[in-house]
Amino acid sequence: MGTSRVTTINFDNELRRAGAHSTHGWRRLLFLAQRYMLGTFGLIIMVLFVWMAISADLICRFSPLSVDSAHRLAPPDALHWMGTDSFGRDVWSRIVHGARISLAVGIGATALGSTLGVIVGLASGYLSGWVDLLFQRVTDILQALPLLVLALVMTAALGPSLPNVIIAIAIPLIPTVARVIRANTLALRELPFVEAAKSIGMSETRIALRHVLPNTLAPLIVLATAQLGSTILTEASLSFLGLGIPEPYPSWGRMLSESAAEYVRTAPWLVIFPGVAISLAVFGTNLFGDALRDILDPRQRG
Amino acid sequence: MNEARKDDTILDVKNLQTVFFTNSGLFRAVDDVSFNVRRGETLAIVGESGCGKSVTALSVMRLVPDPPGRVVGGSVTLEGTDLLSLDEAEMRKIRGNRMSMIFQEPMTSLNPVMRIGDQITEVLRLHQEMTSKEAWAKAVEMLRLVRIPEPDRRAQEYPHQLSGGMRQRAMIAMALACRPALLIADEPTTALDVTIQAQILALIVDLQKTLGTGLILITHDLGVVAQTAQRVIVMYAGKKVEEATVEELFANPKHPYTRGLMASMPAVISFGAKTDARLNEIPGMVPSLTNLPPGCAFAPRCSLAIDRCRAEYPPLQEVDGDHFAACWRATELVGAP
Amino acid sequence: MTEQRPLLEVTDLVKHYAVRGGILRRRVGTVHAVDGVSFSVAKGETLGLVGESGCGKSTVARSVLRLVEPSSGAIKLNGTDITGLSKAEMRPHRRSMQIVFQDPFASLNPRMTAGDIVGEPLGVHGLATGRAQQERVAELFAQVGLRSDQMKNYPHQFSGGQRQRICIARALALGPSLIVCDEPVSALDVSIQAQVINLLIDLQRKNDFSYLFIAHDLAVVAHISHRVAVMYLGRIVEIADKTELFANPRHPYTQALLASVPVADPKAKKLAPMIDGDVPSPINPPSGCAFHTRCRYAMDRCKLERPVLVKAGGRHEVACWLNGGTGRTE
Repeated sequence: MGTSRVTTINFDNELRRAGAHSTHGWRRLLFLAQRYMLGTFGLIIMVLFVWMAISADLICRFSPLSVDSAHRLAPPDALHWMGTDSFGRDVWSRIVHGARISLAVGIGATALGSTLGVIVGLASGYLSGWVDLLFQRVTDILQALPLLVLALVMTAALGPSLPNVIIAIAIPLIPTVARVIRANTLALRELPFVEAAKSIGMSETRIALRHVLPNTLAPLIVLATAQLGSTILTEASLSFLGLGIPEPYPSWGRMLSESAAEYVRTAPWLVIFPGVAISLAVFGTNLFGDALRDILDPRQRG
Repeated sequence: MNEARKDDTILDVKNLQTVFFTNSGLFRAVDDVSFNVRRGETLAIVGESGCGKSVTALSVMRLVPDPPGRVVGGSVTLEGTDLLSLDEAEMRKIRGNRMSMIFQEPMTSLNPVMRIGDQITEVLRLHQEMTSKEAWAKAVEMLRLVRIPEPDRRAQEYPHQLSGGMRQRAMIAMALACRPALLIADEPTTALDVTIQAQILALIVDLQKTLGTGLILITHDLGVVAQTAQRVIVMYAGKKVEEATVEELFANPKHPYTRGLMASMPAVISFGAKTDARLNEIPGMVPSLTNLPPGCAFAPRCSLAIDRCRAEYPPLQEVDGDHFAACWRATELVGAP
Repeated sequence: MTEQRPLLEVTDLVKHYAVRGGILRRRVGTVHAVDGVSFSVAKGETLGLVGESGCGKSTVARSVLRLVEPSSGAIKLNGTDITGLSKAEMRPHRRSMQIVFQDPFASLNPRMTAGDIVGEPLGVHGLATGRAQQERVAELFAQVGLRSDQMKNYPHQFSGGQRQRICIARALALGPSLIVCDEPVSALDVSIQAQVINLLIDLQRKNDFSYLFIAHDLAVVAHISHRVAVMYLGRIVEIADKTELFANPRHPYTQALLASVPVADPKAKKLAPMIDGDVPSPINPPSGCAFHTRCRYAMDRCKLERPVLVKAGGRHEVACWLNGGTGRTE
């Protein structure tokens, strides 16, 4: 064997056509979308809900609050796509407007909880010492209580209103976020680039904000997306238990609680549609969160 | 090849091709690589990170993680058996028995919650009919063979109780327990200190001679190659670029990459050389495997490159008896760099 | 050599770490990471510090930069003892010494552009901002062999060797007189190693700063250093001019270390390990000479008395009881 066989297999062109080599732009997105089909599906669901929330007034023929006693408990038809409830209010319109509440609470609580969690986690991990010890024990106590029970106690204490519900759901999120950020900060603190920053004479606060914080953003985004689904679920649960958003604003959770016991047999659409809305929203964020974790995980990078 | 030599061959790899499918594209980690290993012989595979030397070893062991990797072409024949046609169950009977592998990091290659003796016993009982008592006795004997002091006591210990050098010895004991025909050592001393490296290399070479095992030694260190191997393969960007006996390769390297590697090493010979003398460097860097240039992959860094090098990949050609190089200008290069 | 004040003077540096155990986190032992190390580095000189893992060479590097607080000892930079200085007092001295780390992947913030990384020290010390900073960074990029259009790229877009060049540019930014290199080429491929070593040599010729060069690879240290110190278990066992040390090593450990390096010449086969066994734990280092447990020439005295560095001719110092304290001659 003097010379070697020249290779004939050529996958490169195939993959280049599929966009695998593009590092940015639409082709890259398209490639990722094909690779993470379920995640893309989740993203589509999320985008749909957001679009529903934004253009709620355009896509509904009825106000979610207008009572029509002539059409009480009407089954789904061409006029009322998802039927009406016991007051004659249009269920489709209430679901669409309910998306606003769900998303407002979901995004609001996640943002608030994450921000506070980041501050606590960063301070705890970077300062260590007694600050860390104090934060750690408080987090332990918070985490010992179930999220829902904690939120219940909080709303009961603060009174049901949109901001109060957001706060009540956000606070139990703090320990979860703080833990992740703290663990990340502890790991980052030991890295040479932080030591290099010290050796050029940078102050500790500046190191924490400039070098440590930006490097905890990827796990934070993943965590926040995952939390979004659970906050939506918590809001629904709170409303179901009568401690969520007060009447007359439409909330998926309360729509369920109002109708579940009485009408589940006679008017099942009152139970099915809000239930499906909640499940879809949570399902969508979870799928997207999983894909995001896979994409942002540096170990997956080729 | 004459008959006597053929009988001696324990591993024969022909036109091996392994590809990886990743987020950033597909690449050929091993591209058309052929070699063989004879009984009691040490074959060194040298190259820098990403040249495909470790993937070659994993392909031979059929341990390439799939996905993202896959062996897509060629043949691997161990003692007459075509390994690529075996199913996983049959393959498991060969791994650890007829051929085994030791890795760079002896800490992660051992199970931290199992005693050393139990880990060797497990391998023995997997492949050979033995009572647990016999296997334990054999395990202790293996530990003695790799010159671990107080093998009876050490067999009872857990990996974290051993030093890095001792752990690598235990790994070697485990790899050789079933007297394999072929041992693959992937950078076995890179994680170790230089005095410990000398001990381990001496041990491997010594055991290989007594047991007649064929050895594939994967390394980036030309010093290690010179001290241990009989034959050498140099790899660059997934391809075999040169193959020769160790004496021939060091005396008369034919590929510009091999010559560059040798020249860029701050060798022991330079001990006592004039202070702050510059080294001969190879300009540029190893190309990304997902984006290889047409023609010779080394051409962009090669001072001897001509237009033909940039257009056409040079085939591996015999430049001298048993000395192969993949370079259009190989015959022009004579003597040590 | 003219007798002038050395740039860096380290005297009796000691760093002990407490080992805590049990539920009460009580002190159960002490790691003698650095156990009385003294050396000096002259202006424009490269001192190589070699030794195997755990010998304390990295702790010495970090102590010099006050990234770890030494337990005792003095570190004089340009005649000023910096060991007792507060953070604020330390700041002006930070400009005089910089560090290049081993791992070029972990020593750059992945979320910052290369230009920002190199420009950051200038901003922190208020030396240059805005356009002036950009221009200075471009100059530094050119000095280390990078193109100025690479300033807007992120670390992951660079190869290992290029990242190490960014680290070197960052170290150069403040115009230091001492650069501590902690294994700067051990993570790099052979062909890239040579590029970085050449760059370090070229920069020193141009700027006349000093290096404290720490590595486990003898060949690399031999190549770049003017003087070399060999460490074993937290102590310097031998220190001499490079040519002298490699031609006439006197400490049995140095001799074993040299003999263990595999020579890239198949005709010189000699893989015979000079020493057996492993490095003892620094938690309870052996009495007397720490090397006596592995030394073929150990005498009773070695187990009892700790040898000190003694002049063995010229600038060659060795800590060994053999030959009346001047070490073993081959």
